[in-house]
Amino acid sequence: MLQKIYDWVDERLDITPMWRDIADHEVPEHVNPAHHFSAFVYCFGGLTFFVTVIQILSGMFLTMYYVPDIIHAYESVFFLQNEVTHGVIVRGMHHWGASLVIVMMFLHTLRVFFTGSYKKPRELNWVVGVLIFFVMLGLGFTGYLLPWDMKAYFATVVGLEIAEAAPVVGGFAKMLLAGGEIIGAQTLTRFFAIHVFFLPGALLGLLAAHFYMIRKQGISGPL
Amino acid sequence: MSEKEHKVSRRQFLSYSLMGVGGFMAAAMISPMVRFALDPALEAAGESDFVSVATVDQLTEEPQRFTFQVTVEDAWYTSDQSRTAWIYREGDNIIALSPTCTHMGCVVNWDTNEEFPNQFFCPCHDGRFEKSGQNVPNTPPTRPLDVYDMEVRDGTIYLGRPIQRNSV
Repeated sequence: MLQKIYDWVDERLDITPMWRDIADHEVPEHVNPAHHFSAFVYCFGGLTFFVTVIQILSGMFLTMYYVPDIIHAYESVFFLQNEVTHGVIVRGMHHWGASLVIVMMFLHTLRVFFTGSYKKPRELNWVVGVLIFFVMLGLGFTGYLLPWDMKAYFATVVGLEIAEAAPVVGGFAKMLLAGGEIIGAQTLTRFFAIHVFFLPGALLGLLAAHFYMIRKQGISGPL
Repeated sequence: MSEKEHKVSRRQFLSYSLMGVGGFMAAAMISPMVRFALDPALEAAGESDFVSVATVDQLTEEPQRFTFQVTVEDAWYTSDQSRTAWIYREGDNIIALSPTCTHMGCVVNWDTNEEFPNQFFCPCHDGRFEKSGQNVPNTPPTRPLDVYDMEVRDGTIYLGRPIQRNSV
């Protein structure tokens, strides 16, 4: 049945070369854990992406119940976690996944560093990777405020004070992030918009560049 | 079955195993989220809370409008909202009708149209209902007005939520 549907579409649109181009490629021996078990370190990048996919999915589902409003944000998070079936699992995935992304990304960076994979001709991919790292930190920072509890509030107080400490542009940066004099209604909506639209958009673009470059240049050689 | 007739190549076996394991993992990941999203549709409706609306001696044979307050729990937002009911007595029977027109949900009024006395009239599309709540044929509504779930205790009338009915 599935084969027939596939054949029907393929006959008209010739989709086989498209996915072959993406999915069908040699995995060199030195990055294949079946040959050298230690090659599992090459999985960290893919695992980072896997956790990112979970973050995007669970985040999409969380927005079905969450409201970025100072009166109701905490209540809506409380409701979705305690009243909605499996809410504690879905929020848990997003909560723990956020930390896991950072951990996996760190391990991936270590592997790239110690295998020297950032060297010519792959310098640009390293640069894009660092940008992805900053976007991820931004996602973590903005997402932290959204439950609007004491921890969220004071973490943001500290975060914005750090921004304010920057020379020359500090005051401006703080005002831009907080959206006003105090950390309040405008900060919450602003952080929500940044967290669910702006940074994920930037992230997807950077990931596309990251993956395009690795396919174009191939995986770096063995040590 | 002999091996020749049913041969699974090494490649096929591996691809099936991978698909199975991958499918299982994907399902484990997706299913809590899907159940989370489906929750409002799968939650059982709550019991109706009864609110005191009027006393029996206030009632007449003529439907009267009574306004009452209900506490509506809407997920994380709880509020008091006002509802109305058309209540009348018919011998020993007490009937409490919902004012919501069964056509498009406008609010009906008793005996306000001079052309159609002693009927519930909906101004939106000229829908009409008999005193019993029965919809008048050849007007837009297709079923009678809803009746409130009702309890009478110690001469006080308590109303719950409206109940749909297909005939009077």
